[in-house]
Amino acid sequence: MDQTTTLNKKYISTLSDKDDIGNLLIRSRKLKDRLFKIAAMFFSFITIAMVFLIIGSLLAKGLKQINWAFFTQVAPDTFSAMMAKSSGQVIPGGIVNGILGSIYLVALASAMAVPFGILIGVYIYENSKKRYAAIIRDIADILQGVPSIVIGIIAYIWIVVPLTKGYSVFAGSVALAIMMLPLIVRSTEESLKMVPETLKEAAIALGTPYYKVILRVLIPSSFSGLMGGILLAISRVLGETAPLMLTTLGNPQVNWHIEKPVSAVPLLIWQFYNDPNMVDLIWSSAVFLMGFVLILNLASRWICAKKKI
Amino acid sequence: MFILPLDTIHEGSMKFLYIQLILMQVNSDKILKRVLFAASLVILLIAAAMVFSLFKGSLPSISRFGWGFLFSPEWDPTQGREHYGALLFIVGTLLTSVVALIIALPLAFFTSLFVAEYFRGTKIATIVSTLVDLLAGIPSIIYGLWGFYMLRPFIVTLGLSPQGFGVLTSALVLAIMVVPYATSLSNNTIMMVPNELKEAAYSLGATRLEVIRNVILPSARSGMTASYILAFGRAIGETLAVTMLIGNENIIPKGLCSTGNTMASVIANQFGEASGLQLSSLIEIGLLLFVMTTLINAAGKYIIKKIA
Repeated sequence: MDQTTTLNKKYISTLSDKDDIGNLLIRSRKLKDRLFKIAAMFFSFITIAMVFLIIGSLLAKGLKQINWAFFTQVAPDTFSAMMAKSSGQVIPGGIVNGILGSIYLVALASAMAVPFGILIGVYIYENSKKRYAAIIRDIADILQGVPSIVIGIIAYIWIVVPLTKGYSVFAGSVALAIMMLPLIVRSTEESLKMVPETLKEAAIALGTPYYKVILRVLIPSSFSGLMGGILLAISRVLGETAPLMLTTLGNPQVNWHIEKPVSAVPLLIWQFYNDPNMVDLIWSSAVFLMGFVLILNLASRWICAKKKI
Repeated sequence: MFILPLDTIHEGSMKFLYIQLILMQVNSDKILKRVLFAASLVILLIAAAMVFSLFKGSLPSISRFGWGFLFSPEWDPTQGREHYGALLFIVGTLLTSVVALIIALPLAFFTSLFVAEYFRGTKIATIVSTLVDLLAGIPSIIYGLWGFYMLRPFIVTLGLSPQGFGVLTSALVLAIMVVPYATSLSNNTIMMVPNELKEAAYSLGATRLEVIRNVILPSARSGMTASYILAFGRAIGETLAVTMLIGNENIIPKGLCSTGNTMASVIANQFGEASGLQLSSLIEIGLLLFVMTTLINAAGKYIIKKIA
């Protein structure tokens, strides 16, 4: 009798001990789980805070210099900037030579990269089973990973030295075009893959010649994807500075000659950064560049998301 | 009597038209195939010519210094006793990129868990991933400006280095720059983990952390590794932001707060005024950079291909 009660007591006590341990285990597991979730929220918050910190601090510093002259006048020389600074005025002038130069460079680069990019993208899409097409795709991926400064060296060797015998718009736009090409190739291929096979088959069944299938069916139905890819590529190269430093150098005046140097907004920022008298202009130019690039970036995302077949 | 010839004429011309149409179509298809193939040759040619030009441009330097170029820490452009070696730039580049990756790793890891697991499919996740992708859109020079005017004074205040330039400053900015590259692919691989596996784990009483550790990470590990490798490749080639922050001093960095120089920065700084052997050495550094990024990207792509 006694034995059984002690046994019972023992049993009960071990049970409750076990229960305590079990509770403790569960509690520690739940605690760990909660801590991990807090860590995830914390680090994501830091990442997001960085976005706001960078964009916010730029806006706070740069918005006040942006006025009408900013978009209509060329960049000031060091002397006039110094004079204005010493007398406490706003630095005169703007960045119109950079804005026009950037547009010129990117337009020329797009004219080179977009047609070839789309053709190559269509080729990879059409021959996706072939080994050769897979190699072309891999090459596009490799080109996409090449650092922009190396592309600058290439454009220098190919264009600046033998062709234009000096820094030029052409060299800069070739560098940007090489950077755009793989982006457009891959986005074209990806958006063509989204077109339902049945659409294509229907067109072929009607006896449509293949170039018309591409022009009238494939491209129109993947148009938003193509445009999104092109805009994204443009937004990527618009802010590129390093390759332009080796190819177009910069120009204090607006220039339309293809074999002469031209300025670009990122090049102007680099120039302002190196010139202590022009510090005020850095921020407004940086805000302008970032705003332009981010708007293009968001627009490409919006276009891509808007239309799904 | 006269209906017959008309009919035959009609039929005959139609036949002729059909044949012509079919011929045209065959022809146009052939032309199209050739045009597409010719276009594909363009990108092949660009890549091949790129390697060729870089190699040709660096030949004078290669023939002069040989393999010693990789291991010599001396960079001396003084006329008469010119000597160029890339070691200090290689060390600087690898050090900044590795430190940047170490800093970016927790940010990217937890952000992709946040987007692809904890708040998957919610509005908050969309907003967070859009904002993170915006980081990839900000131009390099703007990161450089931000680092120079905002982060550098902060580093000085902390007393880490007198001027605020150095490996740590550049690595911090680089880390922010590569976070979007590291997250976007990780997000996809985490989302690809089959729901059944996760549900099975939950039904056995696993907590979320245990599901993440025992189900999600094992099956998403290689994809996440690939995304970090690709981010590392990005960090290595980054030019202007690093140039503005590293201090551009031609020494092997002695520590995290020491200044130094990187491969991309030395090209950006000296290419404009360089000529002769110096130019050739800079091009050889470009070639090295090309080879390094290509190998790293190829490794990342290989891992991705193995998953798919």
